[in-house]
Amino acid sequence: MLLIYCPYCEEERSELEFRHGGDAHIARPTNMADITDEEFQDFFFLRDNPKGLIFERWRHIHGCGRFFNAARDTVSDKFVMSYKAGEPKPDLSGATPATEKPLTEKVGETHEATEGTAK
Amino acid sequence: MSGANRIAGQGRLTPAKTARFTFDGKTYQALEGDTVASALLANGVHLVGRSFKYHRPRGILSAGPEEPNALIDVSRDVARRQPNVRAPVQEVFDGMKVESQNRWPSLSFDIGGVNNLLSPFFAAGFYYKTFMWPKAAWEKVYEPFIRKAAGLGVAPTEEDPDHYANRYDHCDVLVAGAGVAGLAAALAAAEAGARVILVDEQPEVGGALHYDMSVTIDGQSGYEWAQATAAKLKAMENVTVLTRTTAFGYYNHNFVGLVERVTDHLAKPDKKLPRERLWQVRAKRVILATGSIERHMVFANNDRPGIMLASAARTYLNHFGVAVGRKVGVYTASDSAYEAAFDLKRAGVTIAAIVDNREKPGDAVLTEARRLGIEVLTGHSVVDTKGKLRVSSISVARNGGGSARAIPVDALLMSAGWTPSVHLFSQSRGKVAYDAASGRFLPGTYAQDCLSVGSCNGTDGLQATIEESLAAGELMARATGNEGGAKVELRGENAFEWTGGMAGAGEGAGVDTTVKAFVDFQNDVCAKDIRLAVREGMHSIEHIKRFTTNGMATDQGKLSNIHGLAIASEVLNREIPKIGLTTFRAPYTPVTFGALISHSRGELFDPARKTPMHAWEEAHGAVFEDVGNWKRAWYYPRSGETMHDAVNRECRTVRNAAGLFDASTLGKIEVVGPDAAEFLNLMYTNAWDTLKPGRCRYGIMLREDGFVYDDGVVGRLAEDRFHVTTTTGGAPRVMNHMEDYLQTEFPHLKVWLTSTTEQWAVIAVQGPKAREILAPLVEGIDMANEAFPHMSVREGKICGVPTRLFRMSFTGEAGFEVNVPADYGQAVWEAIWARAEPLGACAYGTETMHVLRAEKGYIIVGQDTDGTVTPHDASLSWAVSKKKTDFVGIRGLKRPDLVKEGRKQLVGLLTKDPNVVLEEGAQIVADPNQPKPMTMLGHVTSSYWSENCGRSIAMALVAGGQARLGQTLYVPMPDRTIAVEVSDMVFVDKEGGRLNG
Repeated sequence: MLLIYCPYCEEERSELEFRHGGDAHIARPTNMADITDEEFQDFFFLRDNPKGLIFERWRHIHGCGRFFNAARDTVSDKFVMSYKAGEPKPDLSGATPATEKPLTEKVGETHEATEGTAK
Repeated sequence: MSGANRIAGQGRLTPAKTARFTFDGKTYQALEGDTVASALLANGVHLVGRSFKYHRPRGILSAGPEEPNALIDVSRDVARRQPNVRAPVQEVFDGMKVESQNRWPSLSFDIGGVNNLLSPFFAAGFYYKTFMWPKAAWEKVYEPFIRKAAGLGVAPTEEDPDHYANRYDHCDVLVAGAGVAGLAAALAAAEAGARVILVDEQPEVGGALHYDMSVTIDGQSGYEWAQATAAKLKAMENVTVLTRTTAFGYYNHNFVGLVERVTDHLAKPDKKLPRERLWQVRAKRVILATGSIERHMVFANNDRPGIMLASAARTYLNHFGVAVGRKVGVYTASDSAYEAAFDLKRAGVTIAAIVDNREKPGDAVLTEARRLGIEVLTGHSVVDTKGKLRVSSISVARNGGGSARAIPVDALLMSAGWTPSVHLFSQSRGKVAYDAASGRFLPGTYAQDCLSVGSCNGTDGLQATIEESLAAGELMARATGNEGGAKVELRGENAFEWTGGMAGAGEGAGVDTTVKAFVDFQNDVCAKDIRLAVREGMHSIEHIKRFTTNGMATDQGKLSNIHGLAIASEVLNREIPKIGLTTFRAPYTPVTFGALISHSRGELFDPARKTPMHAWEEAHGAVFEDVGNWKRAWYYPRSGETMHDAVNRECRTVRNAAGLFDASTLGKIEVVGPDAAEFLNLMYTNAWDTLKPGRCRYGIMLREDGFVYDDGVVGRLAEDRFHVTTTTGGAPRVMNHMEDYLQTEFPHLKVWLTSTTEQWAVIAVQGPKAREILAPLVEGIDMANEAFPHMSVREGKICGVPTRLFRMSFTGEAGFEVNVPADYGQAVWEAIWARAEPLGACAYGTETMHVLRAEKGYIIVGQDTDGTVTPHDASLSWAVSKKKTDFVGIRGLKRPDLVKEGRKQLVGLLTKDPNVVLEEGAQIVADPNQPKPMTMLGHVTSSYWSENCGRSIAMALVAGGQARLGQTLYVPMPDRTIAVEVSDMVFVDKEGGRLNG
């Protein structure tokens, strides 16, 4: 179960109190009625599904009730940061994903490392 | 004497404290602190179970949770019975009943043992081939056969009378395992001031110190040091020590699941105590000190009762005072097994021989063996065993061939070395690394804030383990902000350092042999089965595992994984790390459902929501239906009435006189603020700025994709205040949907949303006599038809309490919905009922509500729509504003597929035979004689017998439905085809005059 920092309550709370809200920083067009099919498709249907850092919305639904944004590593499920709705998307390009920081020097032998990725 | 094999002066149990239990009906005496395994061994019982596939006689293999053979059924009484308990971890209590499993008619004579003779037919993967044809035999023959043979113990039939508890906890450092490593780590962390939780699955701390008598720590015997350290830790305010507690699952963000067995060892548990307690711990740091598990040797017939792990024999001797045999052989590839022989020899047991498959064992153990006069056969192997229900002799041969020599034994101890328990580390998503020098998988790259210490980290040597653990404890305490305490130092000494270990099949069980050399005891997987899997094309360890079922039993391959890998590696001619390791999954050992669900059972499984009028409805004979979590009055049968009779009567009564309906479950949201109308303009398709205070409007809410999401009547109470209603099931998601847009897309709007669903009780009074019923009870509202027209709302009083009175209808009759504060709901209902009943009105339930609304063609979102229906499809175009430049869904509605001709549209259906009521969900076709698969035009969404129409009515989603009015279509059913005519959806009062009456 994830541990999530609510930027409004200013504390870490259990995932039980939150609801996921999909990708963050997708602005709803102000001229909604006039956008093209392609623009609507990009706005509503298409998402990146990245391996690594993702910016996403969460709602502290069983807490303060507020929506906020968070940056999470989709591989390790570690949260890099969370921030209030409306704040600009932070630049985390320099941040190392949490999974790349081994606590020891030993290198793991995984199925993927030895067999290659599934085809 | 509690068992002939108990040796006086050995072990830590008190001879005076006895307990009696039965095994397969026979009574045995045990000592307090015995496990079922130690008590049976004390009484000379080795045969305790039958294997899963071949029904071979099996004994006790281990002294821990890795036990694959000795699975038993334990009961206190009929209801308190648990199958598949591992005998070495179940403590004996007085009066306990133990049964063996997987045998019939008896353990010593088991008919299923014929499977052992038929084993050529049960080769690995046989079930993937054997049950393939004929197809028809599957249901009648194969499936019943497999179901009967499958599973181990028998599930209890009665409801579990025990209760289970659930607790959350937080700590700086969680230490899993309380052997030397775990105790040292916990001590160092605790002394530094950290909040520590230390858990161990055994009744007492100590781990390997239970059996390793040669260890001293700071001059104390290892076991005594462990108990003293635990006592010291327990006395510290910042430490929780949990024994009989298994850390079974390591989840995200250092969330660890523990299960504490509270009463399973007690003869007469306090009824107030839970049987088990689930701990959900969030630890800032985790230290894994889970130790290692000894592996067995893989050789022919290595599964007879009496053959067990060397460390297990040491535990039974040194902790329980039980000799596992009188003439004991040892077969090993590791120095560790020598110490078992030494301990037994010193206790007076004859050691027949130590058979070591290595040419060069460790010098120290070899010297000691010679000193004790034990025969050591180096470079030899045990190639076979004899003995029907218990091992009676072993065949020993020089490696590489030569004649075998039979040595009589009544027990054989074995060790192929030690497998570090990296289960929790692996569950934490850490990546293991293969250490070729020691042939072990060890923690490699960490994914979470944890450290492994001691033998689960591959650390050999007592002092090295102590120092590593102390350092880890202090490091983790410092990392969580604890600065206090003096540095802890401990000095440990022991007799021997161990060398050796092997993985894979031993002599006589190699390639080209067909002997039964068991790798996985619980699933009866032999070395030859793994080779067969490779020959049949399984080259990935994941495929081999599934084809052979190696490691798939309830012990999850704690003993078999490494052997399986090594055998596959040999046949595939690839190094072990190139084959990969299968993933370790939670739970580490089986966890009861009771512990996991805790109090969430029976009435607490899913809380029921009841309306303020529930008690009245119950008293008046209502039958209830579940709508979400709500209990809603479904219909009110009078004596002798069927559901059909009751609904017909209720339907007639509402249209002829009036009816009372509990509508309290409808979702209600108070939308307040200067921008409330603008906000609703964005949330609903309709225009709200044009709605005058005191008026209501039916609104449709879409998702951004243009499909109907919810609907409901919204009343405007003031310029800045709206009373929004939603569907019963949609209330929470509509609230979330509105909050989402308000907080994230339209934060500039000054609007506040409050869920008021449970604040208002709602009494619908519907029918031609509705006004007559209500008028005398209402104060401050002009009830005249012209002053209070259809679709308006007034505030005033009813029966002296405040009300929001809506003039609205979901029946097509003139009607009102009386909103009063929930606490007054039942009183106001009773007052209205007192007026209504003499006027010939009735109370009606949700079934009648459904029929009446269908008679008028009013849709129910979620029944007549399914997430792919637009307002235009549902003939609700009139409710979509053409003037607004924005609302949620405005763009989605213009998508090419949503404006295309031929979409499924909501229409009415009238069966040609008026007495036939269609089935909801039935498919509709144009030509019933077309070849299958038929082209389906749509399906029936709502269908009822309408008493008021004197015939059946239905609504349906039909492709191009509006253009098919008057057409005949067909509904093919299994027994007949029903002809229907497409109609509009209003079946009663097409002009709508009754609404305004």
